[in-house]
Amino acid sequence: MKKMRQNKETENFRVSEKRGNALAVAAGGAGFRLRPPLRRLLPMRLLPKSAGDGRAESGLKRAHFQEWRLPFWLLAPQLFILLLFFFIPSIRALIQAFQLTDPFGATTQWVGFQNFERLFRSNVYWSSAQVTLIFTLAQNLLTLSVALLLAFASNHILRGRGAYRTVLLLPYAIAPAIAGIMLAFLFNPRVGPVAHMLQGIGLDWDPNRNSWHALALIVMAASWKHICYNYIFLVAALLSVPQSILESAYLDGAGPIQRFLRISLPMIAPTLFFLIVINFVYGLFETFAIVDATTRGGPAGATSILVYKVYQDGFVTLDLGSSAAQSVVLMALALFLTFAQFRFVERRVNYSV
Amino acid sequence: MNERTPIIDALSHLILLVGAALVCLPIYFVFVTGSLSQAEIMRVPMSWLPGNQFFANMQTVLSNADFGRLLLNSLIIATGITVGKLAVSVIAAFAVTYFRFPFRMTAFWLIFMSLMLPIEVRIVPTYESAANVALPLNILGSWLGIGVLADLDWNLVNTYSGLILPLIASATATFLFRQFFLTIPDELCEAARIDGATPWQFFRLILLPLSRSNMVALAIILFLMGWNQYLWPLLLTTEPAMANAVIGLKKLMPQSDSLPTWHLLMNAALLTMLPPTLVILILQRWFVKGLVDSGK
Repeated sequence: MKKMRQNKETENFRVSEKRGNALAVAAGGAGFRLRPPLRRLLPMRLLPKSAGDGRAESGLKRAHFQEWRLPFWLLAPQLFILLLFFFIPSIRALIQAFQLTDPFGATTQWVGFQNFERLFRSNVYWSSAQVTLIFTLAQNLLTLSVALLLAFASNHILRGRGAYRTVLLLPYAIAPAIAGIMLAFLFNPRVGPVAHMLQGIGLDWDPNRNSWHALALIVMAASWKHICYNYIFLVAALLSVPQSILESAYLDGAGPIQRFLRISLPMIAPTLFFLIVINFVYGLFETFAIVDATTRGGPAGATSILVYKVYQDGFVTLDLGSSAAQSVVLMALALFLTFAQFRFVERRVNYSV
Repeated sequence: MNERTPIIDALSHLILLVGAALVCLPIYFVFVTGSLSQAEIMRVPMSWLPGNQFFANMQTVLSNADFGRLLLNSLIIATGITVGKLAVSVIAAFAVTYFRFPFRMTAFWLIFMSLMLPIEVRIVPTYESAANVALPLNILGSWLGIGVLADLDWNLVNTYSGLILPLIASATATFLFRQFFLTIPDELCEAARIDGATPWQFFRLILLPLSRSNMVALAIILFLMGWNQYLWPLLLTTEPAMANAVIGLKKLMPQSDSLPTWHLLMNAALLTMLPPTLVILILQRWFVKGLVDSGK
């Protein structure tokens, strides 16, 4: 066992020496690139010794099989499910954005860009977009800064790391809707203990009437749920900062905080950018449950973020054309963020050692 | 480094303790509220100590709100998503990394595209697809004038397959397996071929055992994701008995015009969050690996 570990360690070492080379292959050449945290973690995995050899086709093993019937059947289930529940719906979303259907689905007509024109002229939509922007920015800022603080603290201490981590990870297990319900209860102006404390210090707290309070509530719920995710990545990234650099900074007289701000932080910049993008994706698309369980978009649309509005228009008010146009806008946003994730974030921000 | 920084040490512990308290306090209040009686939660200010009604409330939740059934649904959905996605993904990843065949890159890019659009941005058409899986055949049928095709109807609303299949339609797991397979030494495959193994034997006897740890890590992430689903079950279940536990909670939310039954809601919330929390606590090491690996 011990020998195995040693073996693995020397291998890790070798791999990290020719990291660039091995990664280019592991990442499959030009096609698909690794996300930065994966790249960081790769040395921890078992990489092949022959990882430097060139490959004829990207993402194909050098030792492979020449056959087409078996891979066809292996790919069939995935492609079939994707066809039914991904490609057809996505294409139909595109088509529906240029159509107008009455709520009962009886008649459909082509209307060109009318749905979009109507959407972009609608004040409700712009205010929803504004709410989404404030919500995602606030959520991103709160999540990342708290996670950074926690990651710095647990990187600094020597004892009790494991115990803190166990507790801090708990929110990952809890459904966003439950996080929303919990905070909705704690901040409920009639029964919530936290709301009573706020009222005790003289704040007229009421998320059911005050739109800023409602927005603050969903920001807190969204961050409460997502801080642990940021934290895990930041801790992993901080561990990968080379000890030698930190030690030389120490010898130059830099304290822990200075070392963190001047050395660790710039070196984990790729992870930070990755997390910012992921937090935007989370805030834009995965917070539907929090809004629906906590504020239901209210009061008066103050927390009706874009995904919630798509649902409202598509399933409640049955304005299908508008809902489809909104879907297309969201698709463009999602594509942009994926692009950002794979390309922009790829650009190395740190100075590789 | 032999550094003494007592102030920053203490500050770090303080930060972590506050963080841990912020995580634990809401959960503690869920437990406290879930153990109070209706009269006790109406009192202002509410008690900060647990009452003795926990099991009585649990009984009410399980019988009146039919929560046993909902928890079972959650289990079926989460397990279905986990097993289905792992199975479909691992063989697809095997196909694109270990075989050279026409349109290999096309297949790869088709799978890759599904990473880009989460289900939230295409909910209406995805719902329509699940409400009638034969929809594409209908359209084809009406174009070609084949009546049989145009009238096909296969509705997945209120079925387990409807709740599971659309959530399997994404490629995150396929990519994770692909990454992993690319790091497996080529010598293994060469040796297997020299020994006369068929591709399927190589997959079953060598590749699968090697991927076991990745599979466990990914299974945990997928199980949590499946258990905590909200939007899709909300759309696809009209029968209360087919919903999952998280949706059941929403129905227990106190409405303004009725008696606020926060104690039942919180009791049910605790029941719902218990299984995934146990999974995380028991399998923490695997979970962290899976989380960081999948970047999701």
